[in-house]
Amino acid sequence: MARAMRFEPRERVSVLAAAAAPLAGVAVALLLCSVLILWTGESVLEAYWLLLKGAFGTKFAITETLSRATPLILTGLAAAVAFRAKFWNIGAEGQLYCGALAATWVGTGLLILPPVLMIPLLFLAGALGGGAALLVPVILKNRLKVDEVVTTLLLNFIILLFVSYLLEGPLKDPMLMGWPQAAPIIDEGVLPRLVERSRLHLGLVVAVGAALMVWLVMTFTVWGYEIRAVGHNAAAAAFSGIKINRTIIRTALLSGGLAGMAGVTEVAGLKGYLTLDLSPGFGYAGIAVAMLAQLHPIGVLASALFLSAIYVGADSMSRGVNIPTYIADVLVATSMLAVVLSVMLTRFRIRFN
Amino acid sequence: MDVIEILATVGFWAATLRIASPLIFATLGELICERAGVLNLGIEGIMTMGAMAGWMWVYQGGDLWGGVLFAAAVGGAFGLLHAIFTVYFGLSQHVVGIGITLLASSLSFFLFRMILPAATTPPKITAFQVYEVPYLSDIPFIGQAFFTQTPLTYLALAVVPVVWYGLYRTPVGLAVRMAGENPAAVEAQGIDVLAVRGGAVVVGSAFMAVGGAFLTMSAFDAFYFGMVNGRGWICIALVIFASWRPMKALFGALLFAGLDALQVRAQQISGVFIPYQFFLMMPFVLSIVAMIFMSRSATYPKALLVPFRRGERI
Repeated sequence: MARAMRFEPRERVSVLAAAAAPLAGVAVALLLCSVLILWTGESVLEAYWLLLKGAFGTKFAITETLSRATPLILTGLAAAVAFRAKFWNIGAEGQLYCGALAATWVGTGLLILPPVLMIPLLFLAGALGGGAALLVPVILKNRLKVDEVVTTLLLNFIILLFVSYLLEGPLKDPMLMGWPQAAPIIDEGVLPRLVERSRLHLGLVVAVGAALMVWLVMTFTVWGYEIRAVGHNAAAAAFSGIKINRTIIRTALLSGGLAGMAGVTEVAGLKGYLTLDLSPGFGYAGIAVAMLAQLHPIGVLASALFLSAIYVGADSMSRGVNIPTYIADVLVATSMLAVVLSVMLTRFRIRFN
Repeated sequence: MDVIEILATVGFWAATLRIASPLIFATLGELICERAGVLNLGIEGIMTMGAMAGWMWVYQGGDLWGGVLFAAAVGGAFGLLHAIFTVYFGLSQHVVGIGITLLASSLSFFLFRMILPAATTPPKITAFQVYEVPYLSDIPFIGQAFFTQTPLTYLALAVVPVVWYGLYRTPVGLAVRMAGENPAAVEAQGIDVLAVRGGAVVVGSAFMAVGGAFLTMSAFDAFYFGMVNGRGWICIALVIFASWRPMKALFGALLFAGLDALQVRAQQISGVFIPYQFFLMMPFVLSIVAMIFMSRSATYPKALLVPFRRGERI
């Protein structure tokens, strides 16, 4: 059978199919994961109902879901931008920590400004920190053709260990004994809460704004066009006069900067200080966010919300029924694979002959 | 005590072989995949899954070699999933690989928690014991360093020439290498490229899983979350360092493990205080340095990352 199977590109993909593909993929993933839930002996419908309730059931749950979505939007954008140019940045996790590190450096007393200036400054510092973390891989790629997948992956571990060293050494809050954490961000730099008695903070507005900005840049500017052209066909882009290396560097700085901003929202918005458990894998999850969104910046908003609902919902579900929280990660990974496949099927027609 | 004295200890050489063993299995596995033209970024997750599956087999009362086979079978199953996506559907090898890693590692944590819900201290198994090779282990120094290892280490060393022979001296190996260089030529010979590539990914993934199983069944006797800890990514760098050659992969893994064993010992004896994080960083820094070092001479398989679609001209 396999011998006879081939794929024909469809001449046009209907908007409906393009929109339905991710939903179909997610539905398949939910079905597949219900096998695991059946095995735990719990009711599938009850489990998914508890998950949904845990994510959106109360006002507090909704604010939790939105605040968890904040860094996912930014890391999702980071992956979406880079993957558009076929620059395989798998290092958003490390870049997130570099952004958090830069914000900690600037925001713990280096200088004190009123919040209107301090908060933008922290985001700028974070973006620069995250972008800087990608400089080594991008230079190695451009100059020596060293594969960026491996360097960005390996840098995640190096950066995390470096942060661990800083937190136990130079950056350790001298006022605290025991658990290694940095000094808190000064009050002027803390992102204000959007909703009373919740953890939802200004970072969400910044993240949504970033998504809009990225969409505008990618769709309507020469930069965005160049990024897409390089990703689509680098040889043709070079032939038409686009400087490939320069475009890759721009893409990398944009991607790393977005991931670095995710570090700022967590350190200045959610936690208030830098710790080693700042991110439970937001960088890696960002790849899933981007793929579910088919690399579309606005789609990233929806898929980040979906992922955070799964994470927040699964936490609350596992308190109600006997299902390990790891089901959330399984569900995310399954969704990502299923969506990648379903999107492909909208673009190609399978023929047997 | 300086570097020379460390090199003169039996413990250093024994540790080098022990650290190298999982790397040898997984690097060979990745090498087989890439030689056929498929980058397998599922390696990190497949190693985690292999570590969990092999350990669980033994914990549930199975025997050790059965556990190794079970890990290989589970790894092969994830390889098949990878192959269906990347080889048969021609989807992005980067995206699918990361997806497989996310899926395999989260699934192994889920299954572990599901089967052993209340385990606070990690339960242990009786892992592979050191097997002293008759006569050879009596040789002074060399015997103690190289012939008092666990059986899986001997297997790792034995498998290298087998893979070399398979790739370079058999028709199947030729087809695998050709599928990674010029798939259209393979097709012209009447050989099914997709089957060759798919088979290579399945076999390679089984190797990766055995590499993971080494960690829980030989190096340690328990399964911890996050115990693979980037070893898979290091193996991908090792494949590049080895220029996609099995014998060089063995050399690279040994060199790498030797440096790792050396720095651990240097850490204990060095007078100057260096934070432990910098020692833990070394393997990752070394991997990047190795890639820079090899960047000029790296000759990728020509069709690596290029999906093969029948009837399409490239």
